[in-house]
Amino acid sequence: MRIQRSVIASAALLAVALAGPAAAWEPTKSVEFIIPAGTGGGADQMARFTQGVVAKHNLMKQSVVPINKSGGAGAEGFLDVKASKGDNHKIIITLSNLFTTPLATGVPFNWKDLTPVAMLALDNFVLWVPADTPFMSPKDYLEAVKKAGPNKFKMGGTGSKQEDQIITVAIEKAYGTKFIYVPFKGGGEVATQLVGKHVDSTVNNPIEAVAHWRSGKLRALCVFDGNRMPYKDKVTATMAWNDIPTCKEGGIPMEYTMLRGIFMPSGVSPDVVTFYVDLFKKVRGTAEWTKLMQDGAFNQTFMSGKEYVDWVARAENIHRELMRDAGFLAVKK
Amino acid sequence: MEEINALFHGFTVALTPFNLMLMFVGIILGVIIGVLPGLGGANGVAILLPLTFSMPPTSAIIMLSCIYWGALFGGAITSILFNIPGEPWSVATTFDGYPMAQQGRAGEALTGAFTSSFVGALVAVLMFTFLAPLIANFALQFGPPEFFAVYLLTFCSFVGTGKGNPFKIVASMMLGFAMAAVGIDIVTGQLRLTFGFTELLSGFHFLVAVIGLFGIGEILLSMEEGLSFSGHGARINPTIVLQTWAKLPRYWATSIRSCLIGCWMGIIPGGATPASFMSYGVARQMSREGAKFGTGQLEGVVAPETAAHAAGTSALLPMITLGIPGSPTAAVLLGGLMIWGLQPGPLLFVEQKDFVWGLIASMYLGNIAGLIVVLTMVPLFAAILRVPFPIIAPVIVVICAIGAYTVKNNMLDVWMMVVFGVVGYAFRKLDYPLAPMVLALVLGDSAESSFRQSMLIAQGDLRVFFSNWLVGSLTGLALVALFWPLLSAGITRLRAALAAGPG
Repeated sequence: MRIQRSVIASAALLAVALAGPAAAWEPTKSVEFIIPAGTGGGADQMARFTQGVVAKHNLMKQSVVPINKSGGAGAEGFLDVKASKGDNHKIIITLSNLFTTPLATGVPFNWKDLTPVAMLALDNFVLWVPADTPFMSPKDYLEAVKKAGPNKFKMGGTGSKQEDQIITVAIEKAYGTKFIYVPFKGGGEVATQLVGKHVDSTVNNPIEAVAHWRSGKLRALCVFDGNRMPYKDKVTATMAWNDIPTCKEGGIPMEYTMLRGIFMPSGVSPDVVTFYVDLFKKVRGTAEWTKLMQDGAFNQTFMSGKEYVDWVARAENIHRELMRDAGFLAVKK
Repeated sequence: MEEINALFHGFTVALTPFNLMLMFVGIILGVIIGVLPGLGGANGVAILLPLTFSMPPTSAIIMLSCIYWGALFGGAITSILFNIPGEPWSVATTFDGYPMAQQGRAGEALTGAFTSSFVGALVAVLMFTFLAPLIANFALQFGPPEFFAVYLLTFCSFVGTGKGNPFKIVASMMLGFAMAAVGIDIVTGQLRLTFGFTELLSGFHFLVAVIGLFGIGEILLSMEEGLSFSGHGARINPTIVLQTWAKLPRYWATSIRSCLIGCWMGIIPGGATPASFMSYGVARQMSREGAKFGTGQLEGVVAPETAAHAAGTSALLPMITLGIPGSPTAAVLLGGLMIWGLQPGPLLFVEQKDFVWGLIASMYLGNIAGLIVVLTMVPLFAAILRVPFPIIAPVIVVICAIGAYTVKNNMLDVWMMVVFGVVGYAFRKLDYPLAPMVLALVLGDSAESSFRQSMLIAQGDLRVFFSNWLVGSLTGLALVALFWPLLSAGITRLRAALAAGPG
């Protein structure tokens, strides 16, 4: 089977070589889709979703095979792609750990070791509290936190020195108070801990908390994006995503969204990158994708090429500054 | 009864020929996935998930959950036949299952394992049917201190009732904890014990360790003992299933206890693996033949298998009602739910009646189908042991290597498996128990992070483990289990003193 496949592959390569550069590049074997996070999380869902959509609509002749490499806060996946220089059949989906993991742990990789392909979407963060607390606005809540004094209110979040804790520290700076930050393994667990009132607030992504919001267990105080989320269909009995104010409106001068983007190993030709950019444009064009974006209240910004590279470079600087302010940078040995 | 009506509606959904066919396909795929170590239910479901996107959601979840049942059944097969746990929750099955196979009682062990799996699942589904909303809220009471108390209880019930040199047990367990600590530390976000090797980033994967310690270690041991595979006495006996069934009712008390432990661990969600260990430990303590555990007792197979399957089944409950997966496989299924446009959570029972009750009905039918499939294969599986050792041994080594590689698609894991094999061999030669190390490796990470989360929440106050009735009673139980040998000795002495006193 394998021999047969490689014969076909080399025949295909030969055909491409004979046809010359005019023919568009296409994958000649199945494409590995690396997920630098565990099964069931946001990045994992998006990658498996992509696999399903590609198969269902026949967007590519070869199949996509998602592989989880979650070790070391995602470092395992990034190091794998870094080491696969010139591999045309490997792509990786990123979350903020693209920036935070090397900065916090000193593991040797950087987005510049990879080839940026495209931004699929930006994931939002919402400040949540249990619905039966008296806090109706971010101001109510944070004033109460401030009044109670440092280390009284508990903020739950995913992982340590990653996006949730970065946001927490930024809130603390803005309000001159201190939470007890309690790290958990995954976003779903964080949301459940909030419903069970083992923590006082969280900054869950919309898709992680929406079920509890709809059942009336949680209240959304504000969203950490620059603008309100655009989705106007009612999600709960009275609220749409669009009804949630931005945290800026609520007096927290903090903006944060998380990259859901695609990268490749370095040393691949522009034809190959173009193929994947087009592929993801097609994926984004499906009805299933639109529904996923709506359910998860994603910010649907799409970027590729230089625009995307500039965005990533800017995001890295923002993360470095936020993490330096918070004292999260790895000590250089 | 509203539930009964809903359930019968569910059966009409699940009982279409198409869905029935998917059920059997799912079970058979699941058994294969369970047999291959390293592939695992979570990976298997993840690989097949995209195939189901073109099906209606109810059919899709029926097939995927049947793969899950199949994997739960299948995990026991290699544990019993070759001492290689195909899944983490079948580690405890090896303790008595493998000795039984060596004595030529593989058919009996397999039948016992499959039947008790079925019983465990059935009890969990019944609970699922009638108590779902009630139980869902119970899971919400579990915060970090409660989770730590559960892990503590698992460790204590396993260690306190263990036999052998206590120092060797502790040494073995500490080694397991040390290995569990390798990799990223969730509380500080820093790397620990990697010594600058990027290969150690992701720590030691449990399955790689288990495949090496048990599978390869066993092969080395057999080689030393003169290239004979002691299980070849197995006869093909088509009536073995009925003969074993005649023996099983004797273990009703163990069954009930294991069902309770399993259901409870699945709901909170502690998962099938701690459930199987805890159940084995408790059974060893409570059984009249407890001292003989580990030498090939059918009861020692019944206890972990019942609990694992009960936990595996009830793990789907918090997934559906709360959106928190009770096991890695449930996590992948959860991803599937969202892709089909279904939102797991408290409203699923209200908004998607067809789906939920179809799933519950398929749990009944899937487990019946699973039992039929695996039981008919018992004589076949048992016959594998008749293959001479020089032929089967290389096959096992290859399967182990593939399994270790599959876990993370990493060649280094295969070498690690070999090293673990040597460690397993050395442990057995020096009479150190393997089980405490494996237990610590599986649960060490979760136990540590829940302890440190509790300490963060309580700002370092240990009284948090007695702060309410739930966590207090769990911690209390754990301490009783830990000191049980001392307590029971004390009680015996007290009784003797009382009896002697008046006379």
